[in-house]
Amino acid sequence: MTLHADPMTAQISLKDQADRLFRRKRLTSLAIPLVVLAYLVYAFFAFDVPGLIDRADPENGRTLVRDSYSYKTHVTRDNRSGAVSVAIEGERKGAYPEGTSPDWVALGSGSDPVTTITLDGGGVVTFGPDQISYDIPGYGLVTARPGRTGANASFPEGPLPEWINASKNRVAITTDEARLSITRNKTELFRYSLGWELFFFTLDSPYHGMSAGDLASRAVNGEAGEIFHDFWTNAMWRHGEVAWALFETVLMAFLGTFGAAIVALPLAFLAARNFTPLTLVRQLARRLFDLFRGVDALIWTIVLARAFGPGPLTGALAILVTDTGSFGKMFSEALENVDGKQIEGLQSVGAKPVQRYRFGVIPQVTPVLLSQMLYFFESNTRSATVIGAITGGGIGLLLTQAMITQKDWEEVTYYIVLVVLLVFVMDWFSGWLRRKLIKGDAGGH
Amino acid sequence: MSEISPHSRPGPAHVRDDYIALTRRKRLYSGMLLAIFVALMASGFMVADDRNAGGFWDGWTRVLDFPRVVLAEASEKVAELPGHIVTFFPALIETINIAAVSTLVGALGGMVLSMLATRGMARWPALIPLFRRIMDVMRAIPEIVIALVLIFVLGGGPVPAMIAIAFHTVGALGKLFSEVNENASLKPVEGLASVGATWTQKMLLGVVPQVAPNYFSYALLRFEINIRASAILGFVGAGGIGYELKNAMSWGQGKYDESAAIFLLLFATIVTVDQMSSVVRDRLTHGRKSEMLA
Repeated sequence: MTLHADPMTAQISLKDQADRLFRRKRLTSLAIPLVVLAYLVYAFFAFDVPGLIDRADPENGRTLVRDSYSYKTHVTRDNRSGAVSVAIEGERKGAYPEGTSPDWVALGSGSDPVTTITLDGGGVVTFGPDQISYDIPGYGLVTARPGRTGANASFPEGPLPEWINASKNRVAITTDEARLSITRNKTELFRYSLGWELFFFTLDSPYHGMSAGDLASRAVNGEAGEIFHDFWTNAMWRHGEVAWALFETVLMAFLGTFGAAIVALPLAFLAARNFTPLTLVRQLARRLFDLFRGVDALIWTIVLARAFGPGPLTGALAILVTDTGSFGKMFSEALENVDGKQIEGLQSVGAKPVQRYRFGVIPQVTPVLLSQMLYFFESNTRSATVIGAITGGGIGLLLTQAMITQKDWEEVTYYIVLVVLLVFVMDWFSGWLRRKLIKGDAGGH
Repeated sequence: MSEISPHSRPGPAHVRDDYIALTRRKRLYSGMLLAIFVALMASGFMVADDRNAGGFWDGWTRVLDFPRVVLAEASEKVAELPGHIVTFFPALIETINIAAVSTLVGALGGMVLSMLATRGMARWPALIPLFRRIMDVMRAIPEIVIALVLIFVLGGGPVPAMIAIAFHTVGALGKLFSEVNENASLKPVEGLASVGATWTQKMLLGVVPQVAPNYFSYALLRFEINIRASAILGFVGAGGIGYELKNAMSWGQGKYDESAAIFLLLFATIVTVDQMSSVVRDRLTHGRKSEMLA
């Protein structure tokens, strides 16, 4: 009988099969990492990483990191008039009022015209009527008589160290504590200090430099309003504007997400197989969703910004349109999965179509839809930051503005911290709301 | 029995009253919630409308103006369109490369982090909360922030965008991966541990084969998202098709045929990747019909 093949050959062929399978598996498990590696090598050169390393500016990186946790105070002397001014970050809104200075600067006055600056580590800088001097511990005294003929600097004996950069018209001395630059017209000293300067109150506020205890007692004594006002309108950090920008970002996400849900829900019925038997309508609705999703949020932002101009509404609408596509797709899938028995039951007791949807369908899909909406709300807070940077609204705009100046890195750091906190809060809030609204559904979705 | 107090009258009428009161209260609450929601939407819309440069009611009639101009110009110069598409194709490749590399790097990083943050798999169980927080922070920082900072330090180009997206992807995929890990069986890991495998071996041989299909499915989904993100980052100066789009847009009227070509490329790419990934993911989750076990 040929029905029974030789058991030996059957076994061998089975073994062969298994061997082949193993060989193939081994090959693929080896090939995948190799392919990934090859691709990364290709990308390394396609992205021109060697050229990038060449072009990268580590000095920029250092400035950025230093600025993010420290600030510098500029002490500036106009070499022609002899006037000395002190300003934090060299900005007008951080300037000390005429005749005042931090305690490490002793301003010159009528009888003693020499301004003396005491630095950490024992260095002393003086701005005299004719002569500038910097007594550097461990090196010696550097003097300069800036005037029409140049910086006219004289240094201690020996070769110049590399942290002094001197030419006829310009001297720059960089030490760990400070940086002094002398030109014909201007002498400037930068002193670095830790922290974010003037974070609570600017110098023109009477509350600047007060301890927390003092502030608290004054607040109790009825000055709380003024204290809050000075903090809120701080010209350097603009807390009020920042808070408003954060609110705007959340607003964009809120309007976008829930607006999209409102638009998408009726359309989703049209795209669900069990509610719309007409193939043409169904296909039309589905292609519409694909279009909304496929035209990226970037393109929607550009198109909408042309019509509505920059601002939070444009951002909200861009999120709304894109998410209508995503929600439409997800909602219609959820609707296709509803249990038909409840609807049948309602039909059997004579419910009209609207009632059937209201009591048979909506209660079934609400938990799914709500949880999807809340997930999107949270992730859209992040998207709203990005879209805000393009369309000009919310914290994204402040962030790009601060970055473009390339010097306000402490503000950039502040905004980043705020954005991260905001996303955390939204994450927690949407999770909390999800649990509150969808009780008894802990396991699912 | 004398113990039943006169207050509790067990009877259908009482139950019905209770039920109706309950329903009424429930309806009142949902009605209130709905009213609050509607009020929030309406007032929010009004605030946003107020803060916007152009109002909604003047603007919405003009929504189609810009697409119309672009389309008109593109159809006028339809012969040049293929040429533009060829010109901008390398930029598109760069955008896709940014997305692909950052997805790969992000998936690898997310894999390691997710394993370090899953109970039963963690190398240092005491540090699980730390790794979870790290993933949360990585997920919370928007890509654009990192991209802009890196553009300042490294200069423009694809690498800042790649790093920024990869950073975010590590956090996002790490969270999804650790959910997958929770459902993986720990028996292979125990088996490998009993024969003295190192942590890397336990993870690679005991966990990865179980979770690879799910990982792959999530990574594909992320790839799709990352293409969009890399296009957006290009717009703020990180190279690729977004950068070209920004340039083309700044030429203004008369050059919109280039913008149209870029729109078309971007749209086609996103739709293609979207469709492809949904087919592949569908096959991964529901299994191939024929040779699932082969």
